[in-house]
Amino acid sequence: MNRVFIALFNGLAALGQGVLSAAAHTGQLFLFTGQLMGRLLPAWTRPKLIVQEIYAIGVLSLVIIVISGGFVGLVLGLQGYNILSKFNATESLGVMVALSLVRELGPVVTALLFAGRAGSAVTAEIALMKTTEQLSAMEMMAVDPLRRVIAPRFWGAVIAMPLLAGLFSLVGIMGGYFIGVLVLGVDSASYWGQIQQQMQPMDDVMNGVIKSLVFGAVIGLVAVFEGFNAEPTSLGISRATTRTVVLSSLLVLGLDFILTAWMFGA
Amino acid sequence: MMNTQRGIEIVVGFFVLAGIVALLVLTLKWSDFGTSSVSGYTVSAQFDNIGGLTDRSPIKLAGVTIGRVSHIRIDPKTFEAVVTMVIGSQYNNLPKDSFASIYTAGLLGAQYIEISPGGDTQVLKNGDKITMTQSAVVLEKIISKFLFNKAAEK
Repeated sequence: MNRVFIALFNGLAALGQGVLSAAAHTGQLFLFTGQLMGRLLPAWTRPKLIVQEIYAIGVLSLVIIVISGGFVGLVLGLQGYNILSKFNATESLGVMVALSLVRELGPVVTALLFAGRAGSAVTAEIALMKTTEQLSAMEMMAVDPLRRVIAPRFWGAVIAMPLLAGLFSLVGIMGGYFIGVLVLGVDSASYWGQIQQQMQPMDDVMNGVIKSLVFGAVIGLVAVFEGFNAEPTSLGISRATTRTVVLSSLLVLGLDFILTAWMFGA
Repeated sequence: MMNTQRGIEIVVGFFVLAGIVALLVLTLKWSDFGTSSVSGYTVSAQFDNIGGLTDRSPIKLAGVTIGRVSHIRIDPKTFEAVVTMVIGSQYNNLPKDSFASIYTAGLLGAQYIEISPGGDTQVLKNGDKITMTQSAVVLEKIISKFLFNKAAEK
């Protein structure tokens, strides 16, 4: 009987511990966000650091984003053609491809790839800086690591994301054009004409840009936070990197639902 | 490259520019795509109702696309729609009494103009007008006609 109680209490303790550490983690994230907010504008006094980060985070992600965008467009073109040809409505292929990309797939797939490609790299870099006590050394020299290291990386993610998502969508539409018009023989003027008629620049494109800005901020924040709060061991770095990818992917998908409901919902 | 920092700055500038151009292209109304290929002679036709016909809708002869709608406006006197279309110059032997009707591609598809050739020896030339036309079929009208007929039978 006693053993059962002990097992029961152990289970309860494990649950409580999990909830408490999750709460502590969340609290730390909010405190960190508050500290970071104060450094966001001062970071612009050294724009070269931000340019450096846009390069490391944005330009180096271009290859994976452009290739993925192309393939997503090709697949959308094929699948869309298959479905639309059943209804004899292949003229609408262009608008189907364009709207799915600009509204949803562009921002979301870019964000997921971005979290894996750039978010993990940022976390690992910062966590290693912390482990090798470079961050403490900066503080010793009265250099604020939040302003010198963290804020530029956050800005890099926020600036790079919408640009990458826009390129992703554009390349995807080209991919759909390639498979739909050049291979499957959809009418070229209908492909572009339907996009022109149905796509609302302000609604569709702006909403896509807002989504990708939000995703960029979330991924940037999670990446720098996990790196900054990583346990200073090799295991800690690997855990922090994993957490960045998992947490930012989940946040992106969850936020995407909320944003879509807000923008396009009833 | 002068030095790495300068090179990075140039690449970043290029990246930002490319991203902004991509977003602008998405925002633009794509106005000039796909129209440049159309060259030929212009013909117009009047319809009571054009349904969902728009600029750049295809003109078909026996199901083959031979031209595009280039412009749609309202005739201020008759209150009819005047559809201007550009037909490829290789199809320059269409009889003058050809018949233009608006059809829908499939159940959900876009609308297009089908040309049924007549028997006249004279051919359509630039600026000519197709006089015999059939308007777009509005589904609700047919359904209501059908229902009224059914009611009248009883």
